[in-house]
Amino acid sequence: MIRDRLTRPINDRFRKRINRVPSPVLARGVPWLTIALASILPGWPFITSAPVIPPFGFMLFIAWRQVRPGLMPVWAGIPLGLCDDMFSGQPFGSAILLWSVATLVLEFIEFRFPWRLFSLDWLVASGLIGLYLLLSLTFANAAGGATSVLAILPQAGLAMLVYPLLGRLVALFDRLRLVPFMEMNP
Amino acid sequence: MAPSSNRRSSYSRRAQYSTFIGYSIGAVGVLAGAVLLIVSIASPNAFSFLRGIGSDVTAPVARSGARARSGSQGIVATVVGYFEAGQKNRELKRELDAAKVKLVESRGLAEENRRLKTLLDLADDDPRPFAHARLISSTSASTRRFATLSIGANRGVVVGMPVRSPTGLVGRVLEVNSTTARVLLITDTESVVPIRRASDGVPAFAQGRSDGMLDIRLINLGVNPLKPGDTFVTSGSGGLYRPNIAIAVAMQTTRDGAKARVLSDPAASEYVAVEPIWTQPAPPELPPRPEAVPATPAPQAAP
Repeated sequence: MIRDRLTRPINDRFRKRINRVPSPVLARGVPWLTIALASILPGWPFITSAPVIPPFGFMLFIAWRQVRPGLMPVWAGIPLGLCDDMFSGQPFGSAILLWSVATLVLEFIEFRFPWRLFSLDWLVASGLIGLYLLLSLTFANAAGGATSVLAILPQAGLAMLVYPLLGRLVALFDRLRLVPFMEMNP
Repeated sequence: MAPSSNRRSSYSRRAQYSTFIGYSIGAVGVLAGAVLLIVSIASPNAFSFLRGIGSDVTAPVARSGARARSGSQGIVATVVGYFEAGQKNRELKRELDAAKVKLVESRGLAEENRRLKTLLDLADDDPRPFAHARLISSTSASTRRFATLSIGANRGVVVGMPVRSPTGLVGRVLEVNSTTARVLLITDTESVVPIRRASDGVPAFAQGRSDGMLDIRLINLGVNPLKPGDTFVTSGSGGLYRPNIAIAVAMQTTRDGAKARVLSDPAASEYVAVEPIWTQPAPPELPPRPEAVPATPAPQAAP
């Protein structure tokens, strides 16, 4: 049976799409799930003694908004920011505030420039990431830290360079979430 | 990218209302975030229970991640080791020759130390660690440096316990959850550790810089006696950290101290030790002064 499955022509896979629909749970849930995981997972592989890892949660959040505007509601920054605040080490509320503001900024830009180039999207995202890191640093310092701005420069540069790759990743997730595999009810 | 048509508000009242409500809740998010932020800046522990729930829930997966981490770093180190083998070999041989001499010297010192301690009737001041645990995660993007410990209130960890690796001090416990605990790493800017130079005991403070280094600030200002290569250990003053835990090596002198490299690499050591909170032992009871003994019965004798 396994051999049967392996030797089946590739066209068959496409034939399987007829009379199939994507799972509504996946179609709605994948953005939320990937952003939440991007907030939680980067803390696991390394115990870092300097802030070198880009803010993947926030970057994926704006990437989803730029790749699929309107897929997530305007208030998505509240639950997702809450999740990020639980794991980021920032003073609580920092991500809720900044992610909600970023959503409104992105909505405004989408309203103002409906037709956008890749370079404009990258520029906007880079600006948002830079401001996000700077304001996060300000909030963290207000809550007891005393870090200099120089400490976030490598992180900011890396985050801006990596951002287009995250855009591709989001596009991949976007295709996956709409794969029709559930049989349609007659 | 083309604007998607479903985003334009239509003549449908229902669609217009739902768009308006969406934006309203978005604006509420901004306000709520601002309020939460002000509260948490005013009292940093206000939302620790939420962080605690988060780290407790993710702890089982993170624990297995920590095991994988120590394994994978071994592989990387092995591969890198092949490339550096020749040079490393030469360096190691030279270091070994130097170390043999040092070993003999330190044997003598240890013997002398033991003899002197017996003379002073002091107990060995190296206490057993309270527990061994893993560091299962750390903050990644934030400038604050916190790590999560794999044990918590279930094993009796309390706030303030120092955490160390075999090579040196790592941090101290800041918040305790039911199965995890939050550790303030010494590289965080809020962490200040009283230290002294290992060679002669020049007192100083080590404050984190959040970039993997420490700022060493001398207590006695004046001519800066520090040199690159000086090693520092905890001094034990103020309690919390017991004396003589290795902490840092000075790299570069500054106006009022030095920039120092941290000795412990929490990522490299698989286990860390949680130590009991150290309190400065009370000074021994002094014998009563000779003139004080007759002084006390004197008023009683008067009536």
